[in-house]
Amino acid sequence: MIPKIRVVLAKPGLDGHDRGAKVIAQALRDAGMEVIYTGIRQTPQAIVNAVLQEDASVLGLSILSGAHNHLLPKVMELLKANQMDDVLVVAGGVIPDEDIPGLKEAGIKEIFTPGTSMQKVVDYINNNLLRK
Amino acid sequence: MFDSNELNKIKKERQDWEQKKLNPTLERLPGRKDNFVTGSSDLVDTIYSPENLGDLDYAEQVGFPGQYPFTRGVQPTMYRGRLWTMRQYAGFGTAEESNRRYKYLLEQGQTGLSVAFDLATQIGYDSDFEMSYGEVGKVGVAIDSLADIETLFKGIPLDKVSTSMTINSPAAVLLAMYIVVAEKQGVPASKITGTIQNDILKEYVARGTYIFPPKPSMRLITDIFAYCSKHVPRWNTISISGYHIREAGSTAAQEIGFTLANGIAYVQSAIDAGLDVDSFATRLSFFFNAYNDLLEEVAKFRAARRLWATIMKDRFGAKNEKAKMLRFHTQTGGSTLTAQQPMNNIARVTIQTLAAVLGGTQSLHTNSYDEALALPTEESVRVALRTQQIVAHESGVADTVDPLAGSYYIEAKTNQIEKQALDYIKKIDRLGGVVSAIEKGYIQKEIQTSSYRYLSDIEKEERIVVGVNKFEIEEANKPDLLKVDFLVQEEQIKKLQAMKQGRDNESVQKSLFELRKVAESKNNIMPAILDAVKVYATLGEICGVLREVFGEYKETIVL
Repeated sequence: MIPKIRVVLAKPGLDGHDRGAKVIAQALRDAGMEVIYTGIRQTPQAIVNAVLQEDASVLGLSILSGAHNHLLPKVMELLKANQMDDVLVVAGGVIPDEDIPGLKEAGIKEIFTPGTSMQKVVDYINNNLLRK
Repeated sequence: MFDSNELNKIKKERQDWEQKKLNPTLERLPGRKDNFVTGSSDLVDTIYSPENLGDLDYAEQVGFPGQYPFTRGVQPTMYRGRLWTMRQYAGFGTAEESNRRYKYLLEQGQTGLSVAFDLATQIGYDSDFEMSYGEVGKVGVAIDSLADIETLFKGIPLDKVSTSMTINSPAAVLLAMYIVVAEKQGVPASKITGTIQNDILKEYVARGTYIFPPKPSMRLITDIFAYCSKHVPRWNTISISGYHIREAGSTAAQEIGFTLANGIAYVQSAIDAGLDVDSFATRLSFFFNAYNDLLEEVAKFRAARRLWATIMKDRFGAKNEKAKMLRFHTQTGGSTLTAQQPMNNIARVTIQTLAAVLGGTQSLHTNSYDEALALPTEESVRVALRTQQIVAHESGVADTVDPLAGSYYIEAKTNQIEKQALDYIKKIDRLGGVVSAIEKGYIQKEIQTSSYRYLSDIEKEERIVVGVNKFEIEEANKPDLLKVDFLVQEEQIKKLQAMKQGRDNESVQKSLFELRKVAESKNNIMPAILDAVKVYATLGEICGVLREVFGEYKETIVL
């Protein structure tokens, strides 16, 4: 049996809008992945700890408060500091186009903006795993 | 509404029509879909007739506006007397910037203020606290102490403008700051008008800005009820909110069912604290969403009014007419806005505005077309406000009361949503009430199931969202967006630190010590919070004391 892809979904910062995170969690589960959802109000450190503990190969970050430019790079720094560069990191939420290049430079592989289909997220993860 | 002879005649006519007209047409041209469903996935029939209303009693169930059961509205003349309050939710960056935006909105003809606080403020953290990093001034204005509230309302006459504040866990603190600022302007607490959201229960299921566990949170709320009924009599002490429940993905009936169930919990807890239902319940207000399914939404508002009136009368024995009235604010549905072809959102907001007005709202916020992308700009906010003004002055829908009443579909739908909502309330009663239903994850799970179904329907293209899964285009030009500068955080922290150096720190410590004593006792907490606010204790310091005494809530994660 092929082991299931393990995904940690997290909401950094103080933002409580978790509708998106929860439907993505369900969609990834329906697609056969193992999903660990951290809940809201997670610090970058707590998120990285969850990825470490759960031995996840994918980290999904959901943020709608506008604090993405400050919080997401912090998560990436901590992942690097823990030699976890092979975790595929994607993000979703209300993120203006002009902020996307900067976030990608910080190491986030893909940003899903409002209106993205659930299937697109599933396909992206299946096709872009860094850790096999 | 119809006697049985008449109904039999109509039934025969309908069967005849189906055979001779409907069926032949359907054979030639089948419907566009197998099943037509509402925005909340309820089936919609080809046609509605008196048969759908069989035993509806007009006088008892529909009646006249301004009297029980208020199905047709809470005032006898509705918008013929006074239009709804046009109230745009606004706030970002520093108190100075938000103060400028408020003055701009008032100049544009807005009639009330609605304050958006940043997340740090909503969760009771000061701007210099580590969890606040990156969030300062982002989704609303940053408030750390009375000094910021003084700036926020500078030059705005608080005896003339009513203010709504979207604040929940720390509502007592922000209300105290508002009372003190009004007093400094020479306006006594007895004269100020406005609303605090103060609805913690929906934070646990939908919005997420909780601090304390349910029990002390409910105590804070009833303390506010008790204090205001004596000292701030014109203040709406709570805005029981379905808005966020709907935004989290619920159906229309769940929005009403779960919100009124929360309302029941607040009323019960105030009665248990010894308050008189005919007094405090007159200051309860509600807050609902307006989605795109115009007729379903209108029916929803009507159903909510009727159901609440019967609950207040039958369950709580309210005698005062005002205590049975469901007065509500509406905001158009944020999650219905699309990032794709954002100008299309102006059309969506117009439909939602019509729903709110035809549903009899008391005040309205219309979203701006760019809000799926960022906070709105001055230009986009103006279009949103103009949308309300056009509906008010050009569409004619405000000129007669509850004009859709008597439509077979609207009345049937009102009955249906009322019944569905009541079924949720009964289910929650069986689970031991709202707090227990939240702890068991029941409400969260129900909302999530609806939310996932809705999105799956869009994905399967069973539901069309224009510009998202149909009629898409390549878009090169996105509108100019509002940016909140990161410098706001540094500026706010500097102001906070300067304020702390300039205040009388001994008085602050003393007030916090007194606050702790009151929090540990059963006494009303408002006077101690007012004392702390007056000497410029910060929001973070006050909530810090309460966190130590009350503890913090941990969410039940349901997937």
